[in-house]
Amino acid sequence: MSSETKTQDRPAETGAEPKPGEKAWEKLPEGATIPEPGTADKYRTGGWRTDRPVWDAEKCSQCMICFMFCPDSSIEVVEGKMTGIDLEHCKGCGICACECPRDAIEMVPEDEIEE
Amino acid sequence: MAKTVAITGNVACAHAMRQIDPDVVAAYPITPQTTIVEEFSNFVAKGQVETEYVTVESEHSAMSACIGASAAGSRVMTTTSSQGLALMWEMLYIAAGLRLPIVMHNVNRTLSAPINIHCDHSDSMGARDAGWIQLFSEDAQEAYDNTIQAIRIAEHPDVHLPVMVLLDGFIISHAIARLDLLEDDQVKEFVGAYQPGYHLLDPQHQATMGAFDGLHGNYFEFKRAQVEAIRNSKQVTIDVGKEFGAMSGRSYGLFELYEMDDAEVAVIVMGSTAGTTRAVVKELRADGVKAGMIKLRAFRPFPAPELAAAVRDMKAVAVLDRAESVGADAGPAYLEVRNALYDSERRPAIINYIYGLGGRDVGLELIRDVYSDLADLAGGKSVEAVSYLGLRE
Ligand code: SF4
Ligand code: SF4
Repeated sequence: MSSETKTQDRPAETGAEPKPGEKAWEKLPEGATIPEPGTADKYRTGGWRTDRPVWDAEKCSQCMICFMFCPDSSIEVVEGKMTGIDLEHCKGCGICACECPRDAIEMVPEDEIEE
Repeated sequence: MAKTVAITGNVACAHAMRQIDPDVVAAYPITPQTTIVEEFSNFVAKGQVETEYVTVESEHSAMSACIGASAAGSRVMTTTSSQGLALMWEMLYIAAGLRLPIVMHNVNRTLSAPINIHCDHSDSMGARDAGWIQLFSEDAQEAYDNTIQAIRIAEHPDVHLPVMVLLDGFIISHAIARLDLLEDDQVKEFVGAYQPGYHLLDPQHQATMGAFDGLHGNYFEFKRAQVEAIRNSKQVTIDVGKEFGAMSGRSYGLFELYEMDDAEVAVIVMGSTAGTTRAVVKELRADGVKAGMIKLRAFRPFPAPELAAAVRDMKAVAVLDRAESVGADAGPAYLEVRNALYDSERRPAIINYIYGLGGRDVGLELIRDVYSDLADLAGGKSVEAVSYLGLRE
């Protein structure tokens, strides 16, 4: 395949208003392709969680082991430092708590969390 | 320009693949398709193609690899048969649903049990609702020609759907036939360079493919769009068939009419049995019988109104099915033709023959029997609606 593969005209992006006379199904992108990257971020899956990882910044040594292990990319990192957990996407699997060498993450049942 | 050769249908298909030179082929060998991949892998080994050939451990993996490669923007081909096609099942629907223009040969072979390696159409008939375009071939020449045209049909911007090129196992795949190969340059020019739509290796237009449709998503609407695409493929198939004809001298449409101008009775048939039927029509014509044949090339999309128009003035029509829709008490092509005729004001009497299951031989004699039944039916006698041709009774 050539590295300069040409690309055809693209169908309208999701959410575009149908043109007059156009049916809803006609404006969908072909093959259910989502014509933008990173959209999983918009799909909030944290509601599936029963146990919540609670991070203790005092105990944390910033080793980044939790970041490497988290299957849902939910360890938030800013400029090389762990800053917390993305609870909109964390599914509460507990892997981070299990792997943390400093016991800096504790799994707490959601119904015991005081907001 | 063209080169006349004597090769098997499978080798002809492998040559079409060589001339197309797809970016990726992922395939697994299965009787009677094996010699296609065997021959094609020779072309790869000798450096006659630039194709990335992916050896896989099953047909499920073959189609999965094809889907991934196609989603990455490659021109992709594969080939299979029978149980192999069956093992691809879930991936067939995904290829079509993602609108990936993959081209695949299916060398028609029956499905087990009992284990049988011979020809019938039950494998591809089972896949008829998977969203693939299906083109039948009468002989090796057509299998070769269909392969080349399939690329253009699949990749047409109004279509973007996978295409299955069908050829009868052993009868076409393994028999040596005389056929004309196009020049490599002609094929290259005819298929042109592939221009994918969204694909995963285009950092300028990042996209996600194959994502979850959501709990209240647009699945229904996506399916409706898919229906439109396969409808569009009818005109594209006709246009590509004409253009191919201008280049090669062999034009193609959705079906072929043979001796149909003044025919009173006709057989509708797919695949290699069209050759046998053609021979019988010639005999009958020599005897003054107004017999004709319609050779169905496109089974998906099914050319319903076109077929209804082609047979409206006939007295009697027989549909030959090399597959049974078990439990429907009829063959799939018959059910569709009959359905196509329901709204016609004028329509012929119509009967169905299930024939050739598990490779049961169909000679001239059996086809003569069909036309003799048609003569009875046209003459007002009653004939069984669905019968088995060549069954040991
Ligand atoms: S509980 Fe699981 S999903 Fe949540 S942050 Fe820890 S490793 Fe990631
Ligand atoms: S594994 Fe534990 S110590 Fe290491 S960064 Fe994560 S929370 Fe901090």
